[in-house]
Amino acid sequence: MDNLELLIVAPVFSMQLLIDGLLVGSIFALAAYGMALVWGVMNIINIAQGEFVILGGYVTFVLAQYGMHPVLAIPFSALTLYVLGLLVYRIVIVRIVDRDLFISILATFGISILLQQVMNQIFTADVQTVESGLGTWFLFDDMVTVNQVKVLACLIALVVGAVLMVFLKTSRTGQAIRATAQNARAARILGIDTDKVYATTYALNAAICGAAGSLVVMTWVIQPFIGLAYTVRSFMIVIIAGLGNVFGVVASGMMLGVTENFAGFLLGAEFQTAFIFSLLVVILVWRSWRLRRKRQVLR
Amino acid sequence: MKIMRMFKALPMIWAVFAVMLAAPLPAMAKVDGDTIIFGAAVSFTGKYSTNGKHTKNGYDLAVERINANGGVTVDGKSYQIAIQYYDDESTPARAAQLAEKLIQQDGIQFVLGPYGSGLTKAIAPVTEKYKIPMVEGNGASRSLFNKGYKYLFAVLSTSEQYLAEAINLAAEQAKKDGRDPSSVTVAIAVENDPFSQDIRAGVVDDANKWGMKIVIDDKLPKELNDMTATLTKVKALKPDVLVVSGHSKGAVLVVRQINEMRVNVPMLAITHCEAADVIGKFAEGAEHTLCATQWTETMSYQDDDFGTAMDYYNDFNSIYGYYPPYQAAESTASVQVFVDAIERAGSFDTEAIRSALAATDLMTFYGPVKFTEAGNNMAKPMVLRQIRDGKYVAVAPSRFASEPVVYPRPDL
Amino acid sequence: MIHRYIKWGVLIVLALGAPVLMPAIKTQLAMLMLMITFALTWDIMGGQMGYNSFGNIVFFGVGMYVTAVIQRDMFFTAEEYETMAGALGAIDGTDYLTGLVIGLAASIVVCVVLAAILGAGILKLRGHYFAICTLGLGIAAAEIAGGIDYIGAGSGLVTPTFPNEYLGDRGYFFYYYFLVLAVVAFLVLSWLYRGQFGLAINAIRDDEDKAEAMGIHTTRYKTMAWCISAFFLALAGGAMGNLVGFIDPSEVAFAGATYGVWMVLMAILGGKGTIWGPVIGAAVFHIMQELFWTYLFGWQRVALGALIIAIVVFFPEGIMGFVRARWPELLGHKVDHQTPESRIVP
Repeated sequence: MDNLELLIVAPVFSMQLLIDGLLVGSIFALAAYGMALVWGVMNIINIAQGEFVILGGYVTFVLAQYGMHPVLAIPFSALTLYVLGLLVYRIVIVRIVDRDLFISILATFGISILLQQVMNQIFTADVQTVESGLGTWFLFDDMVTVNQVKVLACLIALVVGAVLMVFLKTSRTGQAIRATAQNARAARILGIDTDKVYATTYALNAAICGAAGSLVVMTWVIQPFIGLAYTVRSFMIVIIAGLGNVFGVVASGMMLGVTENFAGFLLGAEFQTAFIFSLLVVILVWRSWRLRRKRQVLR
Repeated sequence: MKIMRMFKALPMIWAVFAVMLAAPLPAMAKVDGDTIIFGAAVSFTGKYSTNGKHTKNGYDLAVERINANGGVTVDGKSYQIAIQYYDDESTPARAAQLAEKLIQQDGIQFVLGPYGSGLTKAIAPVTEKYKIPMVEGNGASRSLFNKGYKYLFAVLSTSEQYLAEAINLAAEQAKKDGRDPSSVTVAIAVENDPFSQDIRAGVVDDANKWGMKIVIDDKLPKELNDMTATLTKVKALKPDVLVVSGHSKGAVLVVRQINEMRVNVPMLAITHCEAADVIGKFAEGAEHTLCATQWTETMSYQDDDFGTAMDYYNDFNSIYGYYPPYQAAESTASVQVFVDAIERAGSFDTEAIRSALAATDLMTFYGPVKFTEAGNNMAKPMVLRQIRDGKYVAVAPSRFASEPVVYPRPDL
Repeated sequence: MIHRYIKWGVLIVLALGAPVLMPAIKTQLAMLMLMITFALTWDIMGGQMGYNSFGNIVFFGVGMYVTAVIQRDMFFTAEEYETMAGALGAIDGTDYLTGLVIGLAASIVVCVVLAAILGAGILKLRGHYFAICTLGLGIAAAEIAGGIDYIGAGSGLVTPTFPNEYLGDRGYFFYYYFLVLAVVAFLVLSWLYRGQFGLAINAIRDDEDKAEAMGIHTTRYKTMAWCISAFFLALAGGAMGNLVGFIDPSEVAFAGATYGVWMVLMAILGGKGTIWGPVIGAAVFHIMQELFWTYLFGWQRVALGALIIAIVVFFPEGIMGFVRARWPELLGHKVDHQTPESRIVP
């Protein structure tokens, strides 16, 4: 509890943890948009989400090696992953899209292992990182530092969220996606090519993950085997936010980022991950408990 | 009940299992014609695959050089050497199985170590059980050498020595500044794995010896991707020394985030600088970091196989296209030590070779090798280097120091 | 009838004689038996009850730690253990066996109680929420175990060295241990599935709400099913710790990404919801893996990923399901050849 005292004595550090948590959380949210989309529209939980993120990071890393400014590489990461998403959809996902949700979890888990190992073969297990070339703002006498890449990430997350919302509301494709999400069979009867909708949705998800990965490699480090952390965080965010709620995804992403930072500070880093996963269990149990109570009221 | 009939297929499955698993086995033995076969389970895939590659290249270079220099002479006859590799996938459960497979199935009698303490910990009970000598150069954990293992020999310095020197250095600097060493505060953030935890144990021991206060003691999770929380604490508590160890990932993260968050700490001591290439990645940002290393090419050791440490450094680069981190050098030295022991034993009897290993007193390009009762090599010290102008400069211990340490680190 | 006894006889002789015939791979054979136990125990919930759990590995890990800690603390002080656990002959046969038996007994108690407690909260979840919750549980368990110094934290825990001098070869000992465990699990489960328990959990799988409405105490049966899994996994984990010799929290004990997922895949590959399915699935999967390791050096995990995708995409009903659809006579289903389109009722 010494750590708690520290925060009370010097509140400026909670400011640091808070700001950093909010910014970091927006990166998590970015990775989670796609999961909400794919889950809502196709009823598939994409375990390979984290690997898409890491792969996006590697695309940026490679382009940066060839001298491109990493910030400019973000759209290229997204584009590459869009193509990969289409490919994965055509080869695997198309065959499981109408199946049981659990089958999709296992199949995408297989994809996740496959991508991890292929990345390992291509890029080796070395830890990679890219310098964004952006600086850091120092506030309060250096006590609070704000990394500009994280701010950029936050902006991108918000912009992507807004664009996504508008796209789904107004564009023809967006409307088709929403129609398919509501009732795929009815959509098909009304002449919507649901196969195309699914392909677009899945590829779009991969593209957003790619952009998130680009930011991850500029903010932290990437390695072929650390994707699962992003998958699980995305999942938690979607669970809390619910499907089809873009604003909720951003909010719960930021909440997660802040919680994680404070948990790491107060409990020590060794329980940071444990805390997050325990939180997942607690949230799910709490959610079912709440639903149960609602059901009781109905009775 | 009806389904029971299905099991008529089961004997068939058993048969297929037996045939297919037994088929690929070459009739291997410890010595095949005039070739001595060593066995090694090394990480080719998984999170240690990069370091596993260094280990394998180190072994391979030793094999190539020793064979080129006429091989091994045992009892008047000259033998070539070769290594049978398996991939342990960076997991201890697999490593233990593979050690069993090497010994039982392939008849291997000489085992070379895997990469990493965790994997060595998994293999040691197996080699011990079959009384098969193992020489390793990548399992530094102290807990390997207080278990009473008789067949385990390690050419490297154990991990509690890695960063303990940094603590002594800080104490010396404090004395120089007219402070009591016990006023020095230490922050520790090390990964939660056997190797890094032993580094922590060494640091804690030395800090206690000087009466220093440990203000932060974080275990970084293996999936670590962000050290903000820990570094915020460092900023708040302003320790004199920050010790970080978390393989390559920890090294990259801490250097990056210390700069981004402008964490000013008088001494930053880390491991795996070379493997993570922090200079290449951060240039300026890595300046004045203290790095622990088992071996550097500037050391004055030499032997007949490779010449000087510098010769090894250059030869390795010309063959594999990159300069060898110490992980490769210690692997090469392991093979040299093993071969030396076999020659001195003059037979392939594992007991005779074990005794010869225990009596090893060998000078290699990697440093002197002389095993203690426990099987670790106390003859070779660790070196602490500081990054200055993009180069590593040895600063401690004093007999290897080419320049005095810059302390405190200039503010970022 | 005699024909049938011969078949059983062949099977029993093969199972008992396998390590003697192939002494070089007896550890792999022991692992095969462990895999069969994994698949069988996963199938109680996943196949028969329709609750797809990724978290059964928790009981495996807890069993491993409890057994190892008791073995350590019964005969050694902490410092003693640090300095002599690895030495051969540090522990004699009687002490080793006593420690192992008491450790296993304790781990059964701990795991079953843990299953009951966890089950009270988690078994209320449905569908994929349950699956992901248990996934989180497995990872959290590994992280928590990695933070507790008493059980070695991230440095892991070394189990007492097997006393070869007293108990003979370790490989045989553990092969027969895991063989007995797998056979007992198989017999107990097939007995349970034939009775009321089997009917109840199948009803839960088919429609939990209706089952509840019919008066089945669903929560009681669900918890019972999880406790039975925990029982066998505790026994498996306790021995596995001793077989590997070194317990790492996330790679050996709570190895969710390997054993945790494999147990699901093996059951699905063989055909979930059947008694022979998990056995066949585990055998095929284990063989495939060993073959990948032998023949596809360095690419074996890529092949594994591809295999997983192929299994779930092309054989979601598993080998048993495939056989049932293709050659129903083989499984004893009556097929009316007059109307080949007629549905086959198992």
